[in-house]
Parts: sequence; structure tokens; C-alpha cells
Amino acid sequence: MSIQLIRQAFNGNRPPPKMWRSHELKEYYDVVIIGGGAHGLACAYYLAKEHGITDVAVLEKSYIGAGGSGRNTAIIRSNYLTSEGVRFYNQSVKLYEQLSDELNFNVMFSQRGHLTLAHTDGGVNTMRRRAEVNQIEGVDSRLIFPDDIKSLCPYLDVSDHPRYPILAALYHPPGGIIRHDAVVWGYAHQADVRGVHIHQNTEVTGIKVQDGKVTGVETTRGHIKTGTVLNATAGWASTITAMVGVKLPLTTIPLQACVTEPLKPFLDVVVVSGSLHVYISQTDRGELVMGASVDPFSSYSMAGSLAFLEGIAGHVLELFPSLSHVRILRQWAGICEMPPDYSPIMGFTPVNGFLIDVGWGTYGFKASPIAGKTLAELIATGKPPILIVPFRLSRFEENDLVGEKGAAAVGH
Amino acid sequence: MLLLTCPNCGDRNVSEFRFGGEYGPRPKDPSATSDAEWANYLYMRHNVMGAQTEWWHHSDGCGLWFLAERYTRTNEVIKTFPYVKRDA
Repeated sequence: MSIQLIRQAFNGNRPPPKMWRSHELKEYYDVVIIGGGAHGLACAYYLAKEHGITDVAVLEKSYIGAGGSGRNTAIIRSNYLTSEGVRFYNQSVKLYEQLSDELNFNVMFSQRGHLTLAHTDGGVNTMRRRAEVNQIEGVDSRLIFPDDIKSLCPYLDVSDHPRYPILAALYHPPGGIIRHDAVVWGYAHQADVRGVHIHQNTEVTGIKVQDGKVTGVETTRGHIKTGTVLNATAGWASTITAMVGVKLPLTTIPLQACVTEPLKPFLDVVVVSGSLHVYISQTDRGELVMGASVDPFSSYSMAGSLAFLEGIAGHVLELFPSLSHVRILRQWAGICEMPPDYSPIMGFTPVNGFLIDVGWGTYGFKASPIAGKTLAELIATGKPPILIVPFRLSRFEENDLVGEKGAAAVGH
Repeated sequence: MLLLTCPNCGDRNVSEFRFGGEYGPRPKDPSATSDAEWANYLYMRHNVMGAQTEWWHHSDGCGLWFLAERYTRTNEVIKTFPYVKRDA
């Protein structure tokens, strides 16, 4: 990085080379990935790097990272509830740990530790169960009690005065936060270098299917012939999948977040409370990033609401009374598609050549590398990797759900 | 969307209501319904970006379950109306 800086200083103040290029739309691609977020770009990258498939187009209706990849609260963790979930997200954390080296781009992954608070006996039991499942799968995760919580997070109110006193917490040291835009840009750059075409401002308007097999994609910039399409448009996945006549078990609901003005460093862990529907972390700039549970009704609208701000402010003050004078800088919303079991849906559909990477609810960003990697393997070999078999679409008909509600998000 | 019209009570703050999900007709004869049809009724959703017919419950009011038509892109409510069993 520093050599680049020095080189740039003698560069006559010319702008640095673009991280990815623009291309004309080709007539044919081996693989078309719909959705230029972290998932789609990661899949393109691993297709090119690990399987030598470089004739790939990534279609993005807006700019890359405009959807959930740029709207999440950038928390990475693997302390889930089911063995299938823990195994999958643990591989993701491992890939994130190597990602700066892998992409030669600093993604600023800070493994500062992740605390999930329990305020009731039932909550403590759930945390205990998660700790056991996590440890069996080799994930560093354990139950800690108010004295230890206080030493990790001195400003947290661990007294017995609040309405929801803190009884215990699930402590997950490898968890942390990351710069989510950098992940998107890093994957985009490395995919571009290997020959992947990234098409921004290119919206898919239709998908052509002949005799049960995908033959092409219609876009606002023209027609593309292809035999393989991956739908990686979490949030909007139902609208794309409807183009091939397949229904998904998803309901799209907005999720809001907000950020405060910058403060001096005072919080170096991620704090989550399911009972209070809140998660909070402090960025390197000092701002507190706070998120809550999903909105009360389904919508594709990304408008923020005052009800959300009032709710989250009350809940954060319950945990950190000392923040009462801190001002909110901005708020935003992203859209999340919630499956009934809070686990993603990845793999084949009844339409030959149409693959899905959907159902990413409120937990999609933290799975980007492993989702991209496993789906690239699926596309290259035609065989679903063992890690994603539990997340197949047919599990709903087979009554074989992966119930992740207790650990996937807060307050559902 | 700040207000929703309950067929009984009229315009009320939307916080009085609970969202009940997209409307889908229930299979008529449970014993003649295949697993695939049950899965479709229980889990699969159109999840449209556009006009959606959906359930609402006036939970902090009269307790009525009723239907609404709403644009999911803008949250504009087209109409609300009581549920009438189609074929009893």
C-alpha cells in the first residue's frame, strides 16, 4: 500500500487506474450472474480463479454494492445455532481472515469480539446451547457472566437496575466488523483482472427459457445468450425468479440501521441484544453503527422511519445510558428477503441452468466469500458442495428445514 | 404508510395493526392435498414488487383479521376490505 502511495506522489496527480473496467455487452457468456453485490462478485472471482471460467458477466441494475452489500452493519460472525449453519459461516469467517491477502486489498477486518447478551433465563439457555454447538464445530464461543462482560465493555450497564438486566452473554472472539465496500471493490477488481465483465446500470428485464432450460437473458442494454444464470439478487430475488416461473419461500422486508456522530474510542466489541432488538459497534472513524430488527411489514421501499429511530434510541440507552447526548448522523434501510427458517437457499431450481443464491435475510453479507466459493464450485462441477446441500430449495417440500431463527437475527 | 383503514374502525395509526403476510387460498380438501401443494401453501410466496393482497390484524383495536391491497414498492394502500369466505 505504502509503495503505491509513494508512486502516486510522483504521478503528476493523475487519478489512479480504475479498479474495474466498463465493457460493451457481449452476445454470449458462459455464465451470467445477476446481482453485483458481494455474493455475485465473489462467485465471479472464484469461478475465474479456481475453475478457470472467465467468460462471466455480472449484471448490476445500479452500481456495484448498491444493495444489501452496502447497507448492512458489516458484522462478521459464525456463532450460529444449527450445526449446518455454524459449519457454513465458520468457513466464511476463515475466508474473511485471509481476504486482504487474497484480494491484495485492505478490507479492514477487525476481529474485535462479538457479545450476544441474554436478559432472561430462556435467553441464557439459548446462548448455552449455541456455545455447545459452536464448540463441537470448533468455533471459539463461550458463555460469560456480568463481571467478564464489564471488563470487555466497561460502559455497558450490567447492573440489575435496567428493565432487562444482563444475565450472561455469548462471547465469540473471532467475530468482528469489516469495511463492506472494500469487500465488494476487492472482489470486483480481482474478478475484472481475470477477465470477468462487470456491467453496471444493466437491469435484467426477462429470462428466456426453452424446454425447461435457460437460453438467454434480456437486459435494458440488449440480449445475452447463455446456458447458466445465477440469481444473486438477495432482496429482489423473487422478482427475478418470477421471470422463469418459479416461486420462492421469501418475504421481502426492510431492515433499518443508523449511525451516530463520531466519538472517541469507547466500544471495542460488537454488542448484540436479541431481547432489545439491537446491535451496536464502533467503526474506526468513531461512529456508532446501530441496527435493529426488520420492519413490521413487508415492503420493497427503502425509506427510513421515525418509529425505528425512536425504538432503537430507547433500546441503546437501556444498554449504554451514557450515550444519551450523542446525536444520530444518518439512517438508512436495506431490503431483506426472509425465508421461513432463517437459512439461505442455494443451488438448483426446477429450471435447468437457473441457479439461486437467495433467502439471505439479515445475514447475507457475512456469508459472501463462502457463498461465492461454493456456488462457483457448483457451477463448475454441476455438483452441490456438501456445505450447501442443507440449504437446497427442495428442503421445504421435504420438510427438512434448517431452523436458524434463534441465532440468525434479532427480535423476530 | 402511517394510517390504515380498518373495515370496522376506520382510519387508525398503522402501529395498531399486525401484518399477517401475503394472501394465498387454503387448499380446499386437506386429505386430497399433496405434499408439494401443502409446501406451496405454507411456504411459497409471490412476494411481488407491486400490488399485493395481504392479511392485516387489528390487534390493538377490534381484533378483526381483514385484507388489504397495497403497492409494496411505495407502501400506498389501494383498499382494505373484510375477508369473505369464497366457498364455504
